Amino acid sequence: MKLRTLTLGLLSASALAFAAHAESITIATVNNGDMVRMQKLTDDFTAKNPDIQLNWVTLEENVLRERVTTDIATKGGQYDVMTIGTYEVPIWAKQSWLLPLDKLGDDYDTKDIIPAISGGLSVDGKLYAAPFYGESSFVMYRKDLMEKAGLTMPDAPTWDFIKQAADKMTDRANGVNGVCLRGKAGWGENMAFLTAMSNSFGARWFDENWKPQFDQPEWKNTLQFYVDLMKADGPEGASSNGFNENLALFQQGKCGMWIDATVAASFVSDPKNSTVADKVGYALAPDNGLGKRGNWLWAWSLAIPAGTQKAEAAEKFVSWATSKAYAELVASKEGWANAPPGTRSSLYANPEYQKAAPFAKMTLDSINAADPKQPTVKPVPYVGVQFVAIPEFQGLGTTVGQLFSAALAGQSSVDDALKQAQDAATAAMTEGGYIQ
Amino acid sequence: MARAVTPQHKTIATAAAWIVALLIFFPILYTVITSFKSEQEAIQGFNLFPSGTMESYSEVQAQSGYFKFFLNSVLLSVGSTILALLVAIPAAWSMAFSPTKRTKDILMWMLSTKMMPAVAVLFPIYLIFRDTGLLDSRIGLMIMLMLINLPIVVWMLYTYFREIPGEILEAARMDGASLWNEIVYVLTPMAVPGIASTMLLNIILAWNEAFWTIRLTTTEAAPLTAFISSFSSPQGLFWAKLSAASTLAIAPILIMGWFSQKQLVRGLTFGAVK
Repeated sequence: MKLRTLTLGLLSASALAFAAHAESITIATVNNGDMVRMQKLTDDFTAKNPDIQLNWVTLEENVLRERVTTDIATKGGQYDVMTIGTYEVPIWAKQSWLLPLDKLGDDYDTKDIIPAISGGLSVDGKLYAAPFYGESSFVMYRKDLMEKAGLTMPDAPTWDFIKQAADKMTDRANGVNGVCLRGKAGWGENMAFLTAMSNSFGARWFDENWKPQFDQPEWKNTLQFYVDLMKADGPEGASSNGFNENLALFQQGKCGMWIDATVAASFVSDPKNSTVADKVGYALAPDNGLGKRGNWLWAWSLAIPAGTQKAEAAEKFVSWATSKAYAELVASKEGWANAPPGTRSSLYANPEYQKAAPFAKMTLDSINAADPKQPTVKPVPYVGVQFVAIPEFQGLGTTVGQLFSAALAGQSSVDDALKQAQDAATAAMTEGGYIQ
Repeated sequence: MARAVTPQHKTIATAAAWIVALLIFFPILYTVITSFKSEQEAIQGFNLFPSGTMESYSEVQAQSGYFKFFLNSVLLSVGSTILALLVAIPAAWSMAFSPTKRTKDILMWMLSTKMMPAVAVLFPIYLIFRDTGLLDSRIGLMIMLMLINLPIVVWMLYTYFREIPGEILEAARMDGASLWNEIVYVLTPMAVPGIASTMLLNIILAWNEAFWTIRLTTTEAAPLTAFISSFSSPQGLFWAKLSAASTLAIAPILIMGWFSQKQLVRGLTFGAVK
């Protein structure tokens, strides 16, 4: 008995001593499905790296953005790995707030990352964040309603076709709206959609001299088309709808078409939560024949703040979570359809993934169709498809988003909203020193 | 002349009170109902009758350990309340029994600090916490919660103390009681209902505080507010899980409030009717 107690005591002491030596890293992330899955699978990482412990901090997207910005700007050192988006990476890398990821390992295969995605996460040829999952936007539509309307969705539709189809699919008596689009104000909500849409109309936020362009006919055409389309065929109270609200409407069979993030495909085709899972078709985001489509490009990525004391352990984790082996791990546990999409070319070349994810090809085509460095028809002085990668954009984008949301709600006219957007953008650019 | 209360008046008043109470309580009730739905049920519009699944609760518990957050909430709310009382009782005593011509101004100034939006001082506070090593520490957050609730605690205690006749304290002094004995053995026992209700209210305020508790913590000191925040998602529907997390977070404080409602109401209405 005494020997057993002694052995147990020694074992416990060893375990405590080991725990004291193990390095712990803190990872800040969002509560998206793929991120939650990663947390569940970390036993694989800790088994391979027993000297590293993982602490997770999961926050709502806006709170996460505010928390990590505060921490990184003040060098608070609270996080060793941060989940950030394509918008933050170039800005933070230029401020030297992020460490370049140059020790991801020999078998990491950086060249396998989809070029459009890695381009948005690199500055001066150096990768500053590793993509965990990437997305573009495309059209999700009800095949049964399209057939009932007597139409066939082309792989690459035009905005005129979307309008025609929406008009025919709208059936107010049965609660079906022809089209559901984002209307909720915010730089990452309605302005992500409208900025991407405006690219296909030839509009741009700024000309080469940073002069705002909301007074140009391209923006008038974009906003007028959007407001008219939503008034005729959109859901009631559309100015309050963001991603989640439209997802709920589509899953309940209340939308004929929904143009939004490609990551939504796995939600709308999931029979557990979607009443229309077996009736969904996919097409590229619409265009107007000007050579640019209305789709965006985004990647939730893992980056390491410059203030961390545990860079080596953090990079090991980033390498594990964004590797090809991780996608295989997810596939072995939860099936290929749940592998994090939009980051690696090898995933899209995998026949098993192609079979499990019918939206795979359309997702890859959409991602490849977006060019963050040349997002619209005319030249621009900024990087970003559905955003402008400058620090002022969060505030300005949300202000313009509120004006456009008000126009959708009928609280102001399209002309008034554009005039106010022009004034707000001019003031912000002058204050920021972009316009002398 | 007092107006007669007829049975009809009483019935109408009771019905009105019930309606108001239900309106106030309904969001909490619907959160609890939603927590017993599947995610698909949760998005299918208004429905008061859930399928009764416990799926969300088990997923919430599996995804992030509830008890660590719960323990932090208890420690932070009780700790900050004790700290607040230690500072506020002498302050309120001084202002109630030895007022100066500036006492009212000081009270107003204290209250005015509650009128400033918290986000305005986020950066200075964050830098102070960083430089003093208080980020993600329970003691740092206890001090923060104590400071933000202190004006209310001082105001409430001041109101209660003002109701206690000063002559009783004078009598104690004449019997040779020291200042310490006067506060501990004479004033405090007489103000117990007031102190108890102040304590309860402060615990509730500290329990529900979400701005600072989310922004100054990461893993070690994070309370239930951070636990709820982790279930909100920009991409994906997690309404049932979010409701389950909210129910788990508010249940302890709701139960405490239910059992102590008599003391709370007595304390809050103390001195309201003479």
